[in-house]
Amino acid sequence: MDHFARLGLPAALDLDAAALDRAYFAAQRQWHPDRFVARPPEERARASTEAAALNDAYRVLKDPIARAVYLAGLQGVEMPSDGKTIDDPDLLMEAMEAREALHEAASPEAVDALAARSRDDMTAALAGLGTLFLRGDRAAIRKTLLRLRYLDKFAEEARGRRTNLQREKA
Amino acid sequence: MSLLEIHEPGETPLPHAGEASLAVGIDLGTTNSVVAIARDGSPAALHDEAGRALVPSVVAYPEAGGVLVGEEARLVMVREPRNAVASIKRLMGRGAADLQAVAGVLPYEVEPGSGQTDMVKLRIGGKARSPVEISAEILKALRGRAEAALDKPVERAVITVPAYFDDAARTATRDAARVAGLEVLRLVNEPTAAALAYGLDKGSEGIYAVYDLGGGTFDFSLLRLEKGVFQVLATGGDAALGGDDFDRAIAERLLDERRRDGIAERIDEAAVKSALALARQMKEQLSERDQTSGRLELAGTPSFHTLARSEFEAMIAGHVARTLDIARNVLADAATAAAAVQGVVLVGGSTRVPLVRTEVAGLIGKPALTDIDPDEVVALGAALQAEALTGGGDTLLLDVTPLSLGLETMGGIVEKVVPRNTPIPVQLAQEFTTYQDGQTAMAIHVVQGEREMVADCRSLARFELSGIPAMTAGAARIRVAFAVDADGLLTVSAEERTTGVAQRVEVKPSYGLSHDDMADMLYDSLDNAEADMTRRLLTEARVEARRSLLALEAALALDGGLLAPEERATLDAGRDRLETAIAGEDRDEINAAAEALEALSKPFAERRMDRGIREALAGLSVGELESRVGE
Repeated sequence: MDHFARLGLPAALDLDAAALDRAYFAAQRQWHPDRFVARPPEERARASTEAAALNDAYRVLKDPIARAVYLAGLQGVEMPSDGKTIDDPDLLMEAMEAREALHEAASPEAVDALAARSRDDMTAALAGLGTLFLRGDRAAIRKTLLRLRYLDKFAEEARGRRTNLQREKA
Repeated sequence: MSLLEIHEPGETPLPHAGEASLAVGIDLGTTNSVVAIARDGSPAALHDEAGRALVPSVVAYPEAGGVLVGEEARLVMVREPRNAVASIKRLMGRGAADLQAVAGVLPYEVEPGSGQTDMVKLRIGGKARSPVEISAEILKALRGRAEAALDKPVERAVITVPAYFDDAARTATRDAARVAGLEVLRLVNEPTAAALAYGLDKGSEGIYAVYDLGGGTFDFSLLRLEKGVFQVLATGGDAALGGDDFDRAIAERLLDERRRDGIAERIDEAAVKSALALARQMKEQLSERDQTSGRLELAGTPSFHTLARSEFEAMIAGHVARTLDIARNVLADAATAAAAVQGVVLVGGSTRVPLVRTEVAGLIGKPALTDIDPDEVVALGAALQAEALTGGGDTLLLDVTPLSLGLETMGGIVEKVVPRNTPIPVQLAQEFTTYQDGQTAMAIHVVQGEREMVADCRSLARFELSGIPAMTAGAARIRVAFAVDADGLLTVSAEERTTGVAQRVEVKPSYGLSHDDMADMLYDSLDNAEADMTRRLLTEARVEARRSLLALEAALALDGGLLAPEERATLDAGRDRLETAIAGEDRDEINAAAEALEALSKPFAERRMDRGIREALAGLSVGELESRVGE
């Protein structure tokens, strides 16, 4: 059963966050191990497995990037596993320049500006994905998803840099 | 007769209807612990005779013998510092490597050679004791308090742990509960419990933050409350930051001031403990006023000290700033703006410090919620959850893993398998492959933490997957699966998948207790039960022996003439022996003497029976005969 089916949701790129929460909470009400504390061990084991599967589905579908990667996977787009080096020269260049800028950012405000720009890039890339899925352009989907993954990682690095700068200032 | 039933965890039989014991909520704190019970959705902390809800988390093994917990133990700590221990929670599940980080800070004497491969042990009251044993004493005391207050057996509990507690510390907490004879219904994260206490009472909805600054740990968590669902969005903290650090800062200043005043002294454990006690007092007073003073007397030399609130605030500013850094990171993790937080719940006695309150209010942009006593709020929430789990409440707690879990890969790099803030329970797997041609084994090293390098993370377990069929490097597919249960406890398994030769190895964290350690502790805790049992068997043997002596006496009175004088003498000797045995304490001797006497009296009994038969033939009724034979 795929993650969408498990939560009774349509397999779509755009997902109503409230609907996802409702479906997830309802399913957890049924399967969370806390509901099975006084039940026999087999039932508890089953509940634990079901709850874990629900959590996995929720974790993936809640995050727009992870959801897009998952949906692409269902449609046969193979993504390299996380942590592999970037194989797209354009993206490699963009990433190197952004990292350099982050490294040179000397104040929390400068970091914030960089983070805001990458957030905008992320929003734009996500918005463009819908058309690519409609066209079934697997190569373009893959390229966009790799870029999104990188932007996401960049956001985290920016946060770390910001924390360090603040600590130095304090 | 079944005295004690020991079950595998998770296989406890259902309690019989109507005789279910009560389930309590326990906040096993670094500085203080609290036990509470909820009935019909309203929780209350259980007090001692003096009306106190807080039990200081201090355990003492005084010279005079026995074990003391709480206020009494704190008194022993002053008199006999080497026989008492406080803040043991900081060492739950910790090994030697962790200790280096706090070396020289903790006033404990660590058992030499301990904690290399297992949990560290302390030398207290002249004996090596593990944090699990010591924590179990606190839990036993809380259980006793609850049983006294409720007048019912208490065998089940929800115990809270800091969200930031790692796997080893959670396992250690569960182990301590087992040693104390408590079945843990669920380990609940402290901030979640605190929100539970607030949320259920007030029916709040939206995103709430919980800022928990206790004696030894700090946590910041974001939770979403919605129609009875408590969803933990993100959590973070520092397992070695708390009010104890504030005390230490003041205590250092006190001792510095004495040095400056020219008092030459050797600072020993007792001195540190006295200085800390005064420091804590001064800290508490500074929550109420701007200036405080105190008198410290060490080895007969007194000194006088004053401290202004502003000075105190300067001393702790760095610690408080660190808590705010952590809070900001948690907000970022949950992609939540501080302004979106509807309220912040304060937990832990250290949140009474005014600087903490103003800084937290500044971060969130609104005053903090303080209507529930910050010392009791966690236990109250735990009690509510205990009631919900046993009575089928409608609340649902959706918790997350506080720290990422991963594996060591080539070059000491961590490959994360379960990222932090993943909802639990969770089962996630990742595939790895062999590095060398013909490699038949793979070392699996499980770590916990956010850093990229293994050396900076916490090592949880190591094991080896062997029996991998020899193939070229990169051809094997080793699937390593991580399962975290609803208590936040981890199990790791590994198997090789290409050849169908599946091997599974289940591991438990290396700092958890070994099976033997656990067994030893269980036996230790059973010592008393065993003594009770011995006494009971002795009593039963005496009762039985007295009954047969009485029967024999009656028979002798009736038919003593059937015996020759020397036979009578032997029988009397046997009776004397049994009577002496009954007066003694040796159950085996009583039983042996009773058996011997029975053998000696056998010919007498047979003769009585023969005579009974002759009498019957002489005209007694069959009914009378049977009743005589039956005697």
